[in-house]
Amino acid sequence: MDLRNNLEHGSKEYNKLVVNICLLASRILIENGSEMSRVTDTINHIAKNADVKDLRSYVTITGIMLSVGGVDAQIMEVNKRAYDLRKIAAVNYYSRQFAEGKISITHFYYLLSKIDNLVTYFPFWMKMVAAALLSGAIEIVFQGNFVVALQTSIIGMLGWTLFVLLNKIIKVEFVNEFTSAVVIGVLALLTVKLGLGNSADDIIIGAVMPLVPGVQITNAVRDLMSGNLISGPARGIEAIIGACALGFGVALSLNWFG
Amino acid sequence: MLSIFIKIIGVYIATLCFGILINVQPRSLNLCAVVGVLGYLSYVVNNMIFGGYISGSFAGAIAIGVFGMIAARYKKTPVIVFSIPGLVPLVPGGQAYQVMKNIALGNTSLALSYLNQVMMIAGAIALGFLFAELIIQVYNRIEKYIKLKKLEQ
Repeated sequence: MDLRNNLEHGSKEYNKLVVNICLLASRILIENGSEMSRVTDTINHIAKNADVKDLRSYVTITGIMLSVGGVDAQIMEVNKRAYDLRKIAAVNYYSRQFAEGKISITHFYYLLSKIDNLVTYFPFWMKMVAAALLSGAIEIVFQGNFVVALQTSIIGMLGWTLFVLLNKIIKVEFVNEFTSAVVIGVLALLTVKLGLGNSADDIIIGAVMPLVPGVQITNAVRDLMSGNLISGPARGIEAIIGACALGFGVALSLNWFG
Repeated sequence: MLSIFIKIIGVYIATLCFGILINVQPRSLNLCAVVGVLGYLSYVVNNMIFGGYISGSFAGAIAIGVFGMIAARYKKTPVIVFSIPGLVPLVPGGQAYQVMKNIALGNTSLALSYLNQVMMIAGAIALGFLFAELIIQVYNRIEKYIKLKKLEQ
């Protein structure tokens, strides 16, 4: 498995492999919500451990440019952004193993390219329960209204499930947030109209919590403060549009049923 | 007192569940939730002593940054695994939603005041993280220095 021996160190193929590994690793990190300084850090670590000199990288949230040895720059585009921390942890783990010499450079590349199949997920029902509990718990912590905790949980679970299912069916961004917000708003208002709850606002705030881009906003400010003037605003705009979609969806339901 | 106890349980559950939603490995989940609770506790304690949600968010972010770093070293995973779920009780998501809702409903002045809150809280959290990083780096320096001194003796 160890191609480090028959792949001559410093040769063109070796440099190409290192570039590809760095691009893949940084793409996985950016796609899953890592901040930019960590991405550059990881690339530099990998290059150091692969023992190549003169690595130059330009990392933004929508694409990466990278060259080793001053020739053959490569580009990798980053199209989707989600939060999947297990992939980030996996990249970190592989990079650590590579640094300790436990896996060869070709095996490292193989693991990174197959990461979608290697990472395991929680079962879907468990995520649904988690979304329900998250909505209910946030409603109690922020609003302190115990009467509607159960209703918030159920509506939050429905909203999140709809969001995920729509995400699988339609590939248009922000429409699924909007639709879920409309459904959450309508359900919350109906609950209050039917006399099952006392405050639609409390229900809505809890129920939209699994969808709200609060972490993205904070991440955007973190990127800005570490001096990344391209990725910070880009992330911020994305978070603002997401919040817009949610807010307009709820406002629409308030107009119809409020 | 009882309400704080209930809120702490709520924060624990919320952090744990957010960890499940963003696919944190099971072995780090519990520690995630503990970091979240510690961050929220420092937010609450700061509010009791000084008051004000901005300094509270700052204190909470420092706590999450420091404890997250400790947890990350213990579990040998990236800090982000602990800091993102831990932020859930502090993050200005509710206010961001209020901004958009009030803009869409035409209450512009209310929307602006919420927007102000969002920016202040997000900035305070980011600054808190930077400050936590500073604390960790100073600690590392001191540790290195002490080790060098011991070697010299």
